[in-house]
Amino acid sequence: MVDLTGKCALVTGASGGIGAEIARALHGAGATVGLSGTRVEPLEALAADLGARAHVLPCNLSDAEAVQALPKQAAEAMGAVDILVNNAGITRDNLFMRMSDEEWTSVLEVNLTSTMRLCRGVLRGMMKARWGRIVNISSVVGATGNPGQGNYAASKAGMIGMSKSLAYEVASRGITVNAVAPGFIETAMTDKLTDDQKDKILTQIPAGRMGRPSEVAAAVLYLAAPEAGYVTGTTLHVNGGMAMI
Amino acid sequence: MSDIADRVKKIVVEHLSVEEEKVTENASFIDDLGADSLDTVELVMAFEEEFGIEIPDDAAETIQTFGDAVKFIKEAS
Repeated sequence: MVDLTGKCALVTGASGGIGAEIARALHGAGATVGLSGTRVEPLEALAADLGARAHVLPCNLSDAEAVQALPKQAAEAMGAVDILVNNAGITRDNLFMRMSDEEWTSVLEVNLTSTMRLCRGVLRGMMKARWGRIVNISSVVGATGNPGQGNYAASKAGMIGMSKSLAYEVASRGITVNAVAPGFIETAMTDKLTDDQKDKILTQIPAGRMGRPSEVAAAVLYLAAPEAGYVTGTTLHVNGGMAMI
Repeated sequence: MSDIADRVKKIVVEHLSVEEEKVTENASFIDDLGADSLDTVELVMAFEEEFGIEIPDDAAETIQTFGDAVKFIKEAS
């Protein structure tokens, strides 16, 4: 049983399905959680539901200054940031030949660059504490690619390379940096798929079903745990066997 | 030795676990005192806190030796 009592975790994209479950899992293990996201209402609702040890920290990740300020705000609200979960992400799908610079840049900015900025922002506190956990939520498509998602796949693959590089740099200071790569998970994002699309996807998943947000959260919880201190620079795939890599 | 130099020396000795005698004016953190590049970042962080100053990255790069650190901090504080 993971015990995160006394640890403070910042979770981005906590207004979304997976992010909310991650926050719940960390909170359930005793952590204080900072819930970040662009939409304040779902964050407030989640915080109210969690009760004590939950702080709402709204932030627009496409705003560089706001991203820069977030780690400090989180540390002020919670006392520290011991665990950072970069979960927020956007998609702007388009065929490669039709993809605009704007579609490319906005996805890279939110998914990859803001992740880098937040990692950079929390490192000082973690280095001093000689303890830290960074979990970056990547995606199976970062490893496999996906038609129509050149920008998204690039950002998610970028997160993995970045996580590994950072993991090298800070391993000696008790800080681990890992990625979790979910496959198809039941969320608002996948609800938009038609039944035909879903059926087609399911044929490629040995488990024969989509994953649940709680199953991604369980992977994050493990990597955030004190017990996972020797696991760093890895990517934990949570995809029902869809890609065995 | 000045108060600032003493305080800087104390940080260096504690952080790099080196003997005080080795921390001389021209002792290089990396070449003589066994620091790696991340140690130098941490030393700068520790100096900033101890002396309540900001050491920008480009200035931090010029701080290679104990003497450099003392000189910079004397000028900054």
